[in-house]
Order: sequence, then structure tokens, then C-alpha cells
Amino acid sequence: MTDVINAFVLIANFILVPGLTYGSQLGLGALGVTMIYSVLRFSNFAHGEMMSFGAMVTILMTWWMQAQGFSFGPLPTALFALPVSIIATIGLTLTSDRLVFRYYREIKAPPVTLLIVSMGLMFFLGGLIRFIIGPNDQQFFDGERFILKARDFKAMTGLSEGLAIKSTQGITVVLALLMVSFVFWFLTYTRTGKSMRAYSNNEDLALLSGINPDRVVMVTWIITAVLITLAGTLYGLDKSYKPYTYLSLLLPIFASAIVGGIGSPVGAILGGFVIAFAELFITFAYKRVLGYLLPEQLEPSGLMQLLTTDYKIALSFVILVLVLIIKPTGIAGGKTL
Amino acid sequence: MTNHHRTYFAFLMMTILLIAVGILQSWNVAFNILNLCVISAIMALGVNMQWGYAGLVNFGIMGFVAIGGLAGVVISMPPVTEAWQAGGVKLMLGFATMLAVIAIAIVFWKRTRGWKHLARRRYVIMAIILISGYAVFRYIADAAVVSIEAVDPAKTGYLGGLGLPILLSWIVGAIAAGLVAMLIGRIALGLRSDYLAIATLGISEIIIYILKNEDWLARGVKNVNGLPRPVPYEIDLQKEAWVNTLADGMGFSVVNASSLIVKIAYLSLFLAVLLVLFLMAEKALKSPWGRMMRAIRDNEVAAEAMGKDVKRRHLQIFIIGSAVLGLAGAMLTTLDGQFTPPSYQPLRFTFLIWVMVIVGGSGNNYGAIIGGFIIWFFWIEAEPIGLWLMDLLTSGMSEDSALRDHLLKSAAHTRLMTMGIIMMLVLRFSPKGLIPEAKR
Amino acid sequence: MSFLIGRDMVGGYGGANILNGCTIGVDKGEIAVIVGPNGAGKSTAMKALFGMLTLSSGEVLMDGQNIMHLKPQERVQLGMGFVPQTANIFTEMSVEENLEMGAFIRRDDFSDTMEQVFTLFPILKEKRRQLAGELSGGQRQQVAVGRALMTQPKLLMLDEPTAGVSPIVMDELFDRIIEIARTGIAILMVEQNARQALEIADKGYVLVQGENRFTDTGKALLADPEVRQAFLGG
Repeated sequence: MTDVINAFVLIANFILVPGLTYGSQLGLGALGVTMIYSVLRFSNFAHGEMMSFGAMVTILMTWWMQAQGFSFGPLPTALFALPVSIIATIGLTLTSDRLVFRYYREIKAPPVTLLIVSMGLMFFLGGLIRFIIGPNDQQFFDGERFILKARDFKAMTGLSEGLAIKSTQGITVVLALLMVSFVFWFLTYTRTGKSMRAYSNNEDLALLSGINPDRVVMVTWIITAVLITLAGTLYGLDKSYKPYTYLSLLLPIFASAIVGGIGSPVGAILGGFVIAFAELFITFAYKRVLGYLLPEQLEPSGLMQLLTTDYKIALSFVILVLVLIIKPTGIAGGKTL
Repeated sequence: MTNHHRTYFAFLMMTILLIAVGILQSWNVAFNILNLCVISAIMALGVNMQWGYAGLVNFGIMGFVAIGGLAGVVISMPPVTEAWQAGGVKLMLGFATMLAVIAIAIVFWKRTRGWKHLARRRYVIMAIILISGYAVFRYIADAAVVSIEAVDPAKTGYLGGLGLPILLSWIVGAIAAGLVAMLIGRIALGLRSDYLAIATLGISEIIIYILKNEDWLARGVKNVNGLPRPVPYEIDLQKEAWVNTLADGMGFSVVNASSLIVKIAYLSLFLAVLLVLFLMAEKALKSPWGRMMRAIRDNEVAAEAMGKDVKRRHLQIFIIGSAVLGLAGAMLTTLDGQFTPPSYQPLRFTFLIWVMVIVGGSGNNYGAIIGGFIIWFFWIEAEPIGLWLMDLLTSGMSEDSALRDHLLKSAAHTRLMTMGIIMMLVLRFSPKGLIPEAKR
Repeated sequence: MSFLIGRDMVGGYGGANILNGCTIGVDKGEIAVIVGPNGAGKSTAMKALFGMLTLSSGEVLMDGQNIMHLKPQERVQLGMGFVPQTANIFTEMSVEENLEMGAFIRRDDFSDTMEQVFTLFPILKEKRRQLAGELSGGQRQQVAVGRALMTQPKLLMLDEPTAGVSPIVMDELFDRIIEIARTGIAILMVEQNARQALEIADKGYVLVQGENRFTDTGKALLADPEVRQAFLGG
């Protein structure tokens, strides 16, 4: 029996906890992509760089607060820098829309034009971010590192396998849960949220009903900016902040949005977890789990890995491509362009 | 200004800029830039065929270029006999097994279509065939890979190539990229523009991941160095009498002169390819085939109603454009003399090429070439220019100012910003690019 | 003078005129129907009245006021309701949300208006929580009309409300439209089913090539042998 529990703890430690964390980060990013897609009707390739921008402002603000001697005990300072970076990112998205995207909306440019324009913005933001903070790794985590240490867990339960939960993992899941609940509440119950859904569903009829498109677009960018800042900061806090990683994060995020069904908020979250867990389950070495579950003579000699961890990120692309080919509307049945 | 004037003017400006680099920096730098300008122009030409002629968004440029590069290794490097003995044959056996399994699976799938008594079990059997096939493949291949990669890993650890002249890889690279494009095109071309872009981007990442991780193929992140050259080596040139006389006459050092001669030799090869491709592309664009392509691009529904096989045409142009990208990739690897999978990044190999096509003018071959030249030039020169500008701007600040220090250090990143701004400005104010598509 | 009138309207798309000086008017509590062959400019005339088409000459008056310069949205504020022929509901929203979106411009409490719509179309109350896109064709049309009624319009314009629904549903829908008109709302509709529509029409317009060919009460038009011969299939 202990063997079964040990096996479960092993899986919880190496798949469940990291999967929940990474899934939340992807889900937040994908929800942003999906919101922009359903209201503004294009795939925003600058999304990754916007996340990077939000994280960067958080880092700068954190450094400033640390220099001022602020400390929040066990909580990371970055959490308290968030309001500033959220405001800065809202500024960024609204300015981008005013200077870049609005024009193409007015001339009713096809989505692919907007996609290419967003690529230009991606270049610009990438440069701007590197210009300000440099291309290197930045550490900005402080406070208590663990909620639960593997050693404590072992002492507590007497099991031979440990379960560790980093505080960044806890913070990620809690904040993501709060934010996603807020977005769903907003879209389902508020007048503005409903008008956003209406606009996304049937633009002409929304205009006929007196829904102001400029306002819908503005609110969409504001909510997306909050999602962007949270996703960018939480990812940086949990892993590490490096401008380049945010460009590579773009594809897993698109993958999550598409796998879930682009245009569907529920799908975005679902997709994030599907991608995250698929990566972990497929690249996990089951040797030790099987060691607990199987009788001794059957214990495997190899790592019992479906794919080496080298292919972890590539897996999300494989899933993306498979979904695009087999069911382009995704799990939750989103739109196809 | 007519298109012709614009074209002449743009090429004149490029010449002046390159001469300026030659005088201000060095002729070696100028020719280096020029060589890569030509390769970039070929890549832009390939993308322009897909986007400009047919409206297909290919964000997988990086993957096709890398396949061309891989062809360089596979064609030109000498085979590693030891590795072949250690596990090469076994690995090929593994692949053969996998192919056989896939063949069996396909045959099973086709033969049992409509067998009612199998019902759901058909899927189960299919899954069993594939999974057990994969297990057998892994069982054979994993061991083979381990033994191949154990053969002198510091120097080889891979199967090596065929030991043929590297110029052959230009053709093979194009064909290989075309074949991969055919495979990708068959599954992804049915998707609409946004999705096609994301799918191709994803597929190109998968290709790079495979190249980075399958060490037996091309040493993965350990890179393959010292690819044979189609042109003489500098060291050999320096021993030649005529090179020495020429260097004396031009007032260059012999080392300098020899490396210039090598670069010019490459350049003439590249220019020949560019010229041939350009002439073919122009001819195609003006032919009935080109007219049909544009008709499809401008109104797919109408073209389909007129009986044009849109899907087939799309696949065709996707393959041709990707083959051009593969060719450019093989040329690049030839010029570099090495194959380095980690250097393939979407920013440099996919998005930058797109900037070239957009800025140059999609749908116009002159535009694509000029876009390739200009954007590559500024991609390289934005750094020194940015540094120079920053130096000028901050000259008023004190020497030890932290801001000045930061600005000077960050000047290199202005090039990303410059690319972004150029692209957004062109899209907004001159959406047809510098050389717009000619009305025919 | 009529409550809403478009006088001598001339206009079209891309240089070619579709309307060639037709005049359409409707009064409160009255049902006016535009019929005519395909391509006669029926829908275009309605779009012109609603401001979705710029007229090169002619005028549109509502309550004696010139409303030519107003955008469709502004005309909604003035009391015009419009039900497009296609894509006239929010398919991914519930029936109730559809009605709420109809009342978007209203800042007051619109719950009694919604009750009125539910009294008019009881099935909608039953299915208020269901996605509108999951309803049957006739029910969708009810949602579409209900949505337009939420602004409490003085004038309701319907572009082929019975397109694609069964004859039974069509009769039902016409009954409801009569009921709406009895509450004092002016109703203007374009109809493909000319005979049935003219039966309930107080006013009928037969358009041909963007011009008024016949204008009379619905009954008179139905009785007119020439109209019957040419437009109602004998």
C-alpha cells in the first residue's frame, strides 16, 4: 500500500504540481490570445513580447522597491509591484492599439494583415525590452522559497518519496484561479462583458444594438493587459526571466488557445492544461513509479520514457499540428477563421 | 517614380551603401554582407512566391532553410565508416521496420474500411499496431543510436555524409525541402491563413528540435564543422604567385586579398543562382500560370468556380517556394562551412525574411530581392550605426554616467526596434512595399 | 404625412442605381409591406430608410424630421428597430442575453419590456436560458424580433422575417406581427411571400426596378387583377 502511495506522491511531485503551475501560466496567456482573437479577430504575434514587457516592468519595480528597503516577509516583492506593471501594460496595449492596430480595423483589413502587423510590433517590443533590461537572465524572486519542502513532507508522512511545493507554484495557481474566475464572471454577468461576447459573436448586429465598438476593443485590451502581465510575471517568477524565452513561449500559448478552441475562453484554460500535462506525462521517466508498483523481478531497466525531455517543448507543437489537422475547432469547439 | 526608376534607385543606393562600408569598415565586411544579402534575397524570393503570388503565409521558413543546411552535411561530409559499422545499418533497419509498420497500418486501415463486425475494435487494433511498432522501432533504434553516438563523440558521433561535392547539396537541399513541403502542404494547406502561419511555425520548430537532438544525424548541438568548400582555401591562395602580385598591386595584405578572393568566388556562385532563379521567377510570373496564381490569390472562390484546382496550385507553389528556401539554406551552410542547428531561430530565419518581403514589395520579384538586400544590410549595420548614433547622442554626458554606459551597451538592440519600426511604417504608409506589384 | 417616409429615393452601390426614385411610407399602428420580383430593390429600399445606404437624392423623414444625416445606430436611438434577414441573433448567447443586448442602449430598467416580449413569444420565456443558436428557425426569428423590440421602437423594420420557415410558422409569425402593430408600432417589412404578406398589410408597395409600380392597401392590391397576374402568380 505504501508503495502505491509513494508512486502517487512521485507523480504528484513531478507531474501534478508542475503541470498545474505551467498549465496556469499557459492558460493565462492563451486566454489573452483568445480574447484578442475573438474581439479584434487576429492572432497577435506580439503577445509573447507583451508578456515580456509586463514582466520587465514588474522586475524594474521590484528592484526599486527592494532598493527602497520594502520587504513583505514570506511573500515575493514582485506581487506588490504588479499593480504598477499592470497599469504600464494597459498603457502599452492601448497605445499599440491606437498607433498600430486601430487603423487596420478601420480599413477592415483582412486578419492576415493584422497578423503581419503584429509581427512588426513583436520586433519593436523585443528590441525595446532588450534595450531597457538587456537580453540576459534576471532574478527577481525574494521571500520564502517553499510552501512545502520535500524533507518536511517525508518527515510528516514517513514516506520515502517527497513532495515539494514552491511558493511560486502556489502563487501562480492561486492568482491564475482568481484572475480566470474574474474574467469569467465579467464576461458572463456584466453588461460590458456581455457586450464583448455579443460583439465577438456578431459584429454587425452588435453595432445595430448600439454597442460601441471602440469601447469593446478598449475593455478587451485592458483585460488582456492584466492577463498578459500576470502570465508574464508568474512565468518569470516561477522559472526565470529572459527576454528570449517569451518569444519561444508564443507557440505553446497559441497551441493552448487552438487546442482548446480559439475564441473560447474555457477552451483556452483547458488547452493550457492539456499542453502542460501532455508535455509532462509523455516526457516523464516512469522507471521509479513502476519500481514501486511492479513486483521486483519485473522492474524495468530503462528509464521508461515515451520521449526524452529534450522534446518537451516540441511536443506542444506536435499537439498543435495534430489538432489543426484533425479538429481545427479545438476541444471546446471554438471558431475557425 | 515608376517601378523601374525605383528599382534602379534602390540598387544604386545599395551599391553606394556597400561601397561606404567597404571604405569606412573594410572590404571584407562589405563582401560578407553582400554575400548574405544575395542569400537573403533568394530566401525572400522563395517566400514571395508563396505569399506574393499565391497569398500563402509560410512561417516555417526556418525549417526549410535548415533542411537545406542539413543537405550540405549529408552530401559533403565524409561517411563515418565506424559509426555505420557500429549501428548505422541497425538504425536503418529500425527505420525500415517503422516504415513497414506504417505501411501495414495503412493497408489495415484501408482494407478494413466498412468491416462492420470490427466496429470500434478497428481503432483499438490500429492503436496496437502503431504502438507495438513504435516499441519495436525504439528497441532497435535506441541501441543503434547509442552505439553510433559513442563513436569518437568529440569529433564524429554521427553517421557522416556521402563525401560528394558540396555544390550537389544545393540541388539536393532544394529537393529535400520540396519533399518536406509536399508532406506539410498536404496536411496544412487546407487551413486558413492564420492557422497555416501558426502550423508552419510549429512544424519548423519541430524540425529544428529534431536536428538539435538527433546527434546521429548531424551531431545535434555539437554542430558539424569544416564542411568541404566549392572554392579554394585562403591558405592555398596565399601561396599562389598571382594572388601575391594582385595584393601588391591593390595595396592589400596577402591575407586580406586571399579572403576577398574567396568571398568574390562565393559571390559569383551565389549571383549566378540568384540570376537564374530570378529569370525563372519572372518568366513564371508573366506566364499564364502566374496569371492563374494571382487570380487564385485575389479571389479564391471565383477561381475555384472557374474550374481552377486551387488546392493543387497552392500545393505546387508551396513546394516550389520551399525548395527555393532549401536551396538558400544549403548555400548558407556552404558559405558558413558549418552546420549549427542551435543558430536556427525564428526571429532571424522566419520573421526577418518576412520583413524583407513586406518591405521590398510582395508580389514583385525585384521588390523581394531589394528587400532582401536592404533589410540584411541594416540588420548587420544597425549595430554599428546604432552604436555610433548612441555615442553621438550621449557625447554630452559625462564619461562615467551610468545611463550613457547602459545606452551604449544596449545600442545593439536598436536593430530589432529598427526592423519593427520599418516594417510597421511600410505596412501603414506603403503597404505594397518599396517596389509595388506591377499591374499587368 | 406618414410617420416614416422615404421620398423619391435614388441610390445604389458602386455607381449603379438600384433605387430609382421610389417612395415608401408607414404610419404608427400600421403594417406596410414591400413586395416585388427579385432584384427590385426591396431590401435596398429598407436599408436606405435605415441609413445603411447613402442616397444620392431624395429624403427620409421620421415624425416630420429629416434624419438623413443619422447613422443606423443613431436611428435606433430615435426609435427605429431593424431585424436583418440573416445573422439577426447572437447565436452564442442565451435567449435572455439576446434580449438584453437588444436593450443595450437603454439605461433604465427594461424588465417589463422583456416581460412583454415573453408574453408575445411565450416559447422564448421557456427557453430563456438556452443558446439562441440551438433554437429552431421559427424560434430564432422570434428572438430576432424580440431583440429589436427591446428598445421599445416606434417603428419596426423586418427584412424577410419568414424566409426559410414553414408555412405554419409563417402564419404564427404574421399573427404576432399584427399583435405588435396593434400596440401602436409602425411596421415595415419586405416579404418574399407576397400574397400572405399583403393579406395582413394596411399598405402595400409593389417595387419594380427601384420604382413604385403599384401602391395601395393590401386588400386592393390583392384584388387588382394586374398585380395578381404579374406578381402573385394569377
